[in-house]
Amino acid sequence: MTSQTETHTRTTPTRLRRVVIRFAGDSGDGMQLTGDQFTRTTALMGNDIATFPDFPAEIRAPAGTLPGVSAFQLRFSSFDIHTPGDAPDVLVAMNPAALKMHLKELRRDGILLLNTASFGALDLKKAKYDKDPRSDGTLDGWRVIEVDLEARTREALAQSPLDTRAKDRCKNMYALGILYWMFHRDMAPTEKAIAQKFAKKPELVAANLAAMKAGYAYAETTEIFQTAYRVPPAPMRPGTYRNIMGNQALCLGLVAAAQQAGIELFLGSYPITPASDILHQLSTYKHLGVVTFQAEDEIAAVASAIGASYAGSLGVTSTSGPGMALKAEAIGLAVMAELPLVVLNVQRAGPSTGMPTKTQQADLLQAMYCRNGESPVCVLAASTPADAFDTAYEAVRIALRYMVPVVVLSDGYIANGSEPWLLPDVAQLPPIAVRYAPAGAPGEKFQPYARDPKTLARPWARPGTPGLVHRIGGLEKQDVTGNISYDPDNHQHMVDTRAQKVANIADDLPPTATLGERTGDLLVLGWGSPRGAITAAVGRLQRQGHRVSAAFLRHLNPLPKDLGDLMRGFRRVVLPELNKGQLALLLRARFLIDVQSHSQVNGQPFKSHEIENHLSRVLAELQEEVRR
Amino acid sequence: MTDVQRPPLSKKDYKTDQDVRWCPGCGDYAILNAVQGAFAKLGKLPHETVIVSGIGCSSRFPYYMETFGFHTIHGRAPAIATGVKVGNPALDVWVVTGDGDAMSIGGNHFIHAMRRNVGLKILMFNNRIYGLTKGQYSPTSEQGKVTKSSPLGSVDYPFSPIALALGAGGTFLARSVDVFGAHLEDVVCRASAHTGTAMVEIYQNCNIFNDGAYRSFTDKEVRDERILYLEHGKPLLFGANKDKGIRFDGNFEPQIVTGGELGSAFVWDETAANAAPAMALATMSEADFPVPVGVFRRREKPAFEAGVRGQIAAARQQKKQSLHDLLHAGEIWEVR
Ligand code: SF4
Repeated sequence: MTSQTETHTRTTPTRLRRVVIRFAGDSGDGMQLTGDQFTRTTALMGNDIATFPDFPAEIRAPAGTLPGVSAFQLRFSSFDIHTPGDAPDVLVAMNPAALKMHLKELRRDGILLLNTASFGALDLKKAKYDKDPRSDGTLDGWRVIEVDLEARTREALAQSPLDTRAKDRCKNMYALGILYWMFHRDMAPTEKAIAQKFAKKPELVAANLAAMKAGYAYAETTEIFQTAYRVPPAPMRPGTYRNIMGNQALCLGLVAAAQQAGIELFLGSYPITPASDILHQLSTYKHLGVVTFQAEDEIAAVASAIGASYAGSLGVTSTSGPGMALKAEAIGLAVMAELPLVVLNVQRAGPSTGMPTKTQQADLLQAMYCRNGESPVCVLAASTPADAFDTAYEAVRIALRYMVPVVVLSDGYIANGSEPWLLPDVAQLPPIAVRYAPAGAPGEKFQPYARDPKTLARPWARPGTPGLVHRIGGLEKQDVTGNISYDPDNHQHMVDTRAQKVANIADDLPPTATLGERTGDLLVLGWGSPRGAITAAVGRLQRQGHRVSAAFLRHLNPLPKDLGDLMRGFRRVVLPELNKGQLALLLRARFLIDVQSHSQVNGQPFKSHEIENHLSRVLAELQEEVRR
Repeated sequence: MTDVQRPPLSKKDYKTDQDVRWCPGCGDYAILNAVQGAFAKLGKLPHETVIVSGIGCSSRFPYYMETFGFHTIHGRAPAIATGVKVGNPALDVWVVTGDGDAMSIGGNHFIHAMRRNVGLKILMFNNRIYGLTKGQYSPTSEQGKVTKSSPLGSVDYPFSPIALALGAGGTFLARSVDVFGAHLEDVVCRASAHTGTAMVEIYQNCNIFNDGAYRSFTDKEVRDERILYLEHGKPLLFGANKDKGIRFDGNFEPQIVTGGELGSAFVWDETAANAAPAMALATMSEADFPVPVGVFRRREKPAFEAGVRGQIAAARQQKKQSLHDLLHAGEIWEVR
C-alpha cells in the first residue's frame, strides 16, 4: 500500500472537527461489519468516537425490502464527544430501501454515496418507490456520488476464484475503501482484522482486501470526489484505550469484580436479544474460572444463579425485559433468602416482544416493583458503554456487601454502541470483601439471620462448612434464628429490615456529581443511555450562558441521599428518559418535587438537538416567569 | 467438628428441632423416616448435604432434616439445585418434590435435569393430588378423578413420571412406596450411589385428599400378588410363590405368564441400553398388570457438573491470563 501522504497529493485534505457517517444497506450487505471496521480504525487513529448500530430483529428479512435495512452510524471527532451524532454528514446507501429509510435524516448538503447496482423496477418496488428517486428530484440538495458498487467490485475481483455471488458480497469493502480514502484512514488495521476473521479462507481474505483497495484507488483517481477530509485526533486523557461495547464492558466489570473479591462467577442465562452477547462472551472466560450455564428457560437461568450464590459463588443472570418478567418470582426468593445476585437487564422496546433490536428504558418500574409483596432490590443503571464496566463492578460490590439482589439496567443502545474506554489500572480498582461465615463451634446452633449491625446483611453460610447447617427458604422467617414465623410483629420487623438494608446502601455513595453549578435555573437529570445526548445539549446551553446543570444517576434504588437538596437548588428539574416518565414518577413521589418528564418512546435514542430544543423552551418559560 | 473421626450417625442425627407439620397419618412421615435411615446408613455428613425443595406438602421436607436446606419456589428446585451442584460439585445435593411441583409447574426443569444428567438425587413424592392447595387433581391423577376443581371428573390424561423421565434421558429411575420402609430405604441408598441424576418416584398416600390411592396394590393382603419387584439380573416374577411372570411379545407388549411358561419371563437388566423394556413396564396398565417397583433404569454416563468443571480445568491449564491482560486484550492504543 502506498503511504497516506502520497495518496492525498491531488488536493489538500480539508480539516474537519467531526464527522457523522451512516452505513445503510440490506441485512446481508455487511453494514455492521463495515461500520465496525471503520470504528476500530478510527479509534486506533486517536479520534474520539461513538457508534450506534441499528438493525432489524429478523435475521434476514426479504432482501431489498424496507424491514430488511440494517444501519450503523458512527461519529468521530477531534474533541470529546458524547453521542454518535444526530444527522449524518455522509450516508452510504447500498440499495433503494436503505436510501428510502435514511435519506431524510442526511444533513442538507451532506454526501450521499449511492450504490446504483440495484435500481431496477423490482428493486424500486420493494423499496416502495413509485419512480426512480435518482431522476425525479428526490436527491436534490445533497451531494450525490453514484457508484455501481457491484460492477466495480466484480471488475476488481476479476481474477478471484470466488463465484459472482461471493464477489458481490465484497461490495461493502469496496465502499469502505472509498470512505477510507475520503477520510484519510489507514487501511492496515482492517487488513489485519480481515486476515484474522477469515483465517481459514484465504480466497475470502484476498477478495475482501482487493475490493477495499480497489475502492480506495477508485476514490483517489476518479474526479467525482472533490476532496478528502482529515479529522485530527482528539485530545484525550492520557492512558491506554480500547474501544468497548456495552455488553462487553458489563462482562469485564463482572469478571474484574469477581476476581477482586476472590470469588467464582456463575452466569445462568437464556438467550435473548439484545443480551445474548453477555452469555457468549462470558462463555469464553472459562480460563478465568467463569462458569456459564445456558439454562432451559429464563426462570431456570435465574434459579441456577440463586443456587450458585447459595453455594457460595457470585450468581449472575442476564436478560432483557420479557425474561425479566419471567424471573420476577425467583428474584423475590433471593430477596427473602437474602442472597447476593446480580441481574442484568439489557432493555429493549416493549411491551411483550415489542421491538427486540430497538432501545428503550421502560423497565425501571419493572425492576423496582415487578415482584409480589414488599420486595426491595438495589437498582443501578449503566449510562455509556464504558460506564457499564464501573456499573457492573459496583453491582457486585453491593450484592456481596449487603446480601441483596442488584438489578443492573442497560439498554440496546449501550449494549451495541461503542466508545473508547480509558482502561482502569487494575491495582487501583476498589477492594471488594467477601465474608463467608466461619465454621461453627460444635454444639452451637447457627443463626442464619444474625445481622451485621451496620449493613444489616446476614451471614453468607456456605454449605460444606461444618457447624453451619441451617434451613432457609421463601417462607417468612424469624429474624436471627431463621425459623419459619407467621408472627405479625416479626413480619413487620422483617419487611422493615429488608427495606432498611437496601436503604443503607446509600450510606456508601459519594455526593452526586454535577455538570455545571450545583444551583441555578435548570437541572437536567438523566439515567442510562440518554446521558450522552443530555451532556451535549447541556454543554451547548452552558456555552450560551444559561444557568443550566446536569446530573446523572447510576444508583436508582436507593437514590443518593443528597438528591433532594440538589434538585431544590434549581428552579426547574427536567428529566429526559426513553419511557413515559418512570423515574420522574418515582422522584415526584419520593421528594414532592415537580420533576418534569421529557419522554420519548419510539425505539430510538434521544437526539441531542431535540433535547436542546426542549430545554431551550423550558429556559424561555423560566425567563417569562421572571419578567412577569 | 472435624472430619478426622466421623462418629457413626444414627437417624436422630438428621432430626431437627422443628415440629413436623404434615397431617397425622400422611405418608410423608414414613418417607422422612426411610430417608433418615438411608442417610444414617450411608454416614452422610449433614454439613456436606443440601436438600432443595419447591412448593407443596413434600417440599416442607428440608425443615425436618438436619442438613443444609433450601425451601424455594414452586417447581424450580431442580434448577436451583443445578446451580448448587455446578457451583460446588463436592456437595451432596438432593431435591425433594411432588407430582404437582415436578410434573406440572416444574416440568421443564425436571426434564432438563434428566437430559443433562446433573448430579442431583430427586425424590418425587407422588400422591396423585394437590395437597397443600387442598385437593385439586394433579398431572398424575387418573382420568375422571372427581376433585374440587373437577366436579364432573378430570378430563386430563395422567403422566407416568418414570416414562417421562425415560423419554428425557434419565440415567437412574426407580420407584418405591411410602409404606415399603426397607425397600424405600434401599432404593434411596442406591440412588445416592449413582453418578448423575437419580430420580425416585415414591408413591405416597395423602390421607386427607386422596386416601387409599395405592391401596389396591400396596395393602399387605394384596401386595404379593400386585407388586412386581424389579431385581437386576433376575426374571420378572411376582406372586406370593413367585408363580407368575412378565414377558414381552414381539411388539413389546407385556404378557403375564404362569406354569410351564414361567421360564420365558423376561430377565430384568436395569443397565440395558435399550429403554423399551423399562418404558413398557412404566406404561403398562395398573389394573391389568402388577405394579413394578425398584430400579427401572441405571446407566453410567458422566455427570453434567463434571463436564462443566472439566472444561474449566482444561481451559485454566491451557491459558493463563491476568485481569490486566484481559482488560488490555484486543486493539489498544496509547494517548500521551
Ligand atoms: S394434605 Fe395430604 S400430602 Fe399434604 S400433609 Fe396432609 S396428608 Fe400429607
